[in-house]
Amino acid sequence: MFDFFFIIEKLILISAVLGITLFIAAYSTLAERKLAAFFQDRIGPDRAGPFGLLQPLADGLKFLFKEAIIPAKADRFLFVLGPSLSMLAACMACAVIPWGPDLMLFGRTVALQITDLSVGLLYLFGLVSFGVYGVMIGGWASNNKYSLLSTIRASSQMISYELAMGLSLIALVLTTGTLSIREIVLGQPGWHWNILAQPLGFMIFIVCAFAETNRVPFDLPECETELVGGYHTEYSGMQLGFYLFAEYINMFISSAVMTCLYFGGFQMPFIASLGLPQNVVALFGVVFFFVKILMFLFLFIWIRWTLPRFRYDQLMRLGWTGLIPLAIINLLATAVFQLCN
Amino acid sequence: MSDIFFWVFSVMAVVSALSVVLNRNPIYSVLSLIVCFFSIAGHYVLMGALFLCAVHIVVYAGAIMVLFLFVIMLMNLKDVPEFVSKWWHFGAAGAAVAAMVFGLATHLFQSYNPRVIGDMQLKPIAQALFTTYAVPFELSAILFLSAVIGVVALGKSE
Repeated sequence: MFDFFFIIEKLILISAVLGITLFIAAYSTLAERKLAAFFQDRIGPDRAGPFGLLQPLADGLKFLFKEAIIPAKADRFLFVLGPSLSMLAACMACAVIPWGPDLMLFGRTVALQITDLSVGLLYLFGLVSFGVYGVMIGGWASNNKYSLLSTIRASSQMISYELAMGLSLIALVLTTGTLSIREIVLGQPGWHWNILAQPLGFMIFIVCAFAETNRVPFDLPECETELVGGYHTEYSGMQLGFYLFAEYINMFISSAVMTCLYFGGFQMPFIASLGLPQNVVALFGVVFFFVKILMFLFLFIWIRWTLPRFRYDQLMRLGWTGLIPLAIINLLATAVFQLCN
Repeated sequence: MSDIFFWVFSVMAVVSALSVVLNRNPIYSVLSLIVCFFSIAGHYVLMGALFLCAVHIVVYAGAIMVLFLFVIMLMNLKDVPEFVSKWWHFGAAGAAVAAMVFGLATHLFQSYNPRVIGDMQLKPIAQALFTTYAVPFELSAILFLSAVIGVVALGKSE
């Protein structure tokens, strides 16, 4: 009834993808601290292991062994549900990302993607909007005015920037003609990347990606100068760890999504002309994909330690009067261009 | 296999829908409604209507319910005052529900065949929206626009 090998293959793939995602997210915390130290002319964490390489492990252990305090006036169920939802939404997104071209193993074609949904783009978009709940529920359940204020900020920020993000994605879909992420990647062979067709759309998308992941300059929800610690003020232990870690997973996933949508995913220029066997091409593709992702991760960190934070009214003005009209113009221009071709 | 999922989603949908109505805490009601939407989305997946499922999640669970939650959190309705019901309240509500269930049972469920929407994917939906149903589609767009303008007008008048 079931294809036994298919189940095994997918189980291995899911564990590998989740493992790699968590690993990269863990090490981007270290990269963040090391790069911050570099930008500020410090050394950064160097106590745990050689060059501080075991620091993420030490941080994780610390989160695990700290006492998870639930405030007396908090809603206990929702207080625990909040960070879990954040983590769930972050981890689910890696299911539709194509990590590389097909491998040929033991006479089977192994797709390096957990599932190729025909509506992959909408799936990702749904998860982005689902991610708001983790912040909202956790912030409300804390029963703290700063958490609630931050929750309201976070959700209005995410809703506002989702609009511009959606509009820039519609323009992209007009040029690619598909919602499947794999087909979008396959439609950009060599160096024919979508960034060349949609430069403005990409700019809008990356600004929105920064806003959706709550990264500087859009980290208003955890603005410590005004709101103590933002929506996770009352959190401690592994529940706080989930919130902080979900941010790094989201960073990694949005880097992967931007690479897939605008920078050709696993497509590598000139690789087709070398005449290499398919499996070698696939491995090169995976490596090149991760190189692009790491460059985006560096960009996230670079911007965080370079730019100051927006004021809240500036953030809203940029979203509603800057990005959304720009995205609509971009959409109209793309539509007219497609119609003329 | 899909029969098991059908029952899981169905029980989830009914239980969460009941919990929307029966819960005293409005936040829990909203969350139950979100669970209900997700179980209905699960039914769409079982019918193979992936696009419908994704749009359902993005629009209802992702946008509308966020706003519901937003408003309820802002108003902070923790203790809803006890609502004093008269006998005709129960009578009217009961009659309305009975009429709706009767209508559904006699008309909709007779011809209900979940396999029908199996292949309704993106392109057929888009074609139907922009050809057969172009006028109602544009009219609903105008309706949404008027709602947006209405909100701006109300906000300005303060």
